[in-house]
Amino acid sequence: MSDVVHPVPVTTEPRGVRFLVILLVLSLVAVLLLAPLAAVFSEALADGLPAALQALAQPDARSAIGLTLLVAVITVPLNAAVGIAAAWAIARFDFRGKAFLVTLIDLPFSVSPVVAGLALVLLFGSNSTLGGWLITHDMRIVFALPGIILATLFVTFPFVARELIPVMIEQGRAEEEAALTLGASGWRAFRTVTLPNIRWALLYGVLLCNARAMGEFGAVAVVSGKIRGETTTMPIMVEMLYNEYLATAAFSLAAALALLALVTLALKSLLEWRHADLLAATRRH
Amino acid sequence: MPRSQTTAGTPFHRRAILALIAAGLAATTAPGARAQEEVQILNVSYDPTREFYREYNAWFADWWQAEGNGRLTLRQSHGGSGGQARAVIDGLEASVVTLALSADIDAIATRTGKIPEDWQSRLAHNSAPYTSTIVFLVRDGNPKGITDWGDLVAEDVEVITPNPKTSGGARWNFLAAWAWALDAYGGDEAQARDYMAQLFANVPVLDTGARGATNTFAQRGLGDVLLAWENEAFLALEEQGENAFDIVVPSISMLAEPPVTVVDGNITSNAQREAAFAYLRQLYSPEAQALAVRHHYRAWDTSKVPQDELDRFPQLTRISIDEFGGWAEAQPRFFGDGGIFDQIYEGR
Repeated sequence: MSDVVHPVPVTTEPRGVRFLVILLVLSLVAVLLLAPLAAVFSEALADGLPAALQALAQPDARSAIGLTLLVAVITVPLNAAVGIAAAWAIARFDFRGKAFLVTLIDLPFSVSPVVAGLALVLLFGSNSTLGGWLITHDMRIVFALPGIILATLFVTFPFVARELIPVMIEQGRAEEEAALTLGASGWRAFRTVTLPNIRWALLYGVLLCNARAMGEFGAVAVVSGKIRGETTTMPIMVEMLYNEYLATAAFSLAAALALLALVTLALKSLLEWRHADLLAATRRH
Repeated sequence: MPRSQTTAGTPFHRRAILALIAAGLAATTAPGARAQEEVQILNVSYDPTREFYREYNAWFADWWQAEGNGRLTLRQSHGGSGGQARAVIDGLEASVVTLALSADIDAIATRTGKIPEDWQSRLAHNSAPYTSTIVFLVRDGNPKGITDWGDLVAEDVEVITPNPKTSGGARWNFLAAWAWALDAYGGDEAQARDYMAQLFANVPVLDTGARGATNTFAQRGLGDVLLAWENEAFLALEEQGENAFDIVVPSISMLAEPPVTVVDGNITSNAQREAAFAYLRQLYSPEAQALAVRHHYRAWDTSKVPQDELDRFPQLTRISIDEFGGWAEAQPRFFGDGGIFDQIYEGR
């Protein structure tokens, strides 16, 4: 019982001020985050749930959902693997150009997605040498699936590495070096020592990466070609439907996209709740 | 099973997955591989034509097969007209383009050479199978009693139109009003300018695009009259319900001719060329024209259009952009820096 201490007030402001500040933050959250989400769902259900579900069952909407999931399934594991490798290299080794590599990883955060998309069009479009050659050999990059995947890879590149680098630097090399001196192979040391230590950060990075991969609009819009049922991802389909005055269909698809994001967030919360004690031991931010 | 075999199995397994992914990518990236067996047509179009081409594609595919041809796959792309033209220039493999403005197709022709310069004379009516015009969308019951352009300069009338500097639709609106004023004042340009100045004095806000202007009028409830494309006005009516607005057709307006053409440079086989030209030619068939009317465009051939659908389109005098010397001449004169719009808007 000696642990029980009387709570020490950390602020000296009067109750009224604290209450006001809390109220301000809560109303900001309500206006900025909850209200738009609620508006999307209420618009989607404006004509009732059957109408919303029917809109989602349209072939174009179904293929948009399928394409978005396919893009996420391809890009998220790729970026997770590359992100782990990059974080490992940066946290565990000292080499020339390390600072440059870190900056490079951050590049997609600072470059507007539209610029990323246009860069792909410049590289692989029919007006470039490379693009012209690829097209005459029947390999389409822009205005086809590979372009969408490349654009998504670019914008989601930093998420995993950015989550892992601080965690791995903080943990240091000691545990892995111990494993290696005890005779573990590099792969085994990674699996049994590194991975358990970084799994929460990794999970968090993967979830963020996934949310962005499914939600990316700007870069994908430039390279999509907007061929219905073929190269329209969910965010692009949402915009097209909205521009065609099909509000119910547009907001149903937007709600479905929001739901996919909410499911990932719920999954994350569930895992955190299930492994709360483990989490407290390993995650320090 | 010996242990060595299971470990040897892993790289093979991985290679199989890689091969599968590669095959999947190849299948989506090489549409030409299947072009020998069936003909594919990609129609790159602009936003409001979606419902029309969905129905037309279904009708044409049936007609094509009934004519004794092979299997045909029709693919459809929609976006803003200018952006779609840009995508075709950058390599989107359109077999046909069906865009909003002839200038957009001209841009493809001059920048890629994939379309001959004289494309507009290849099909009837300047290669425009359906047309539209600029009309007024007013509040239900027309409370301000607006019937023609002259009513828009009344003191208590607020007009919603986007900025001609940034919006293609707004330029049509501007020229339609100008055409009426010239006609009303017997060709006196000074009086036409006065009219335009009064008109823009009644515009409370200049949105950057047609969609923004529609939202300002329909959702935010600003203004008494929206200048809009006829087909878009009907779409807004469908979306908001018949009781929200009325459409008023003025006595004079613009003749908008959304053109279509084959992108010759993207055609890979004779069968595809034949199908692409047939696809566009059949847009002029009575059945397709009736479909266009159902989707709020005006048609040339109304023989198969039911009378009640035809009644939605009152007759009016429509001025072609050619009477302004085409867009090449009208654009700098009216909307260039220091042009007529600038003079009028700054002199408000």
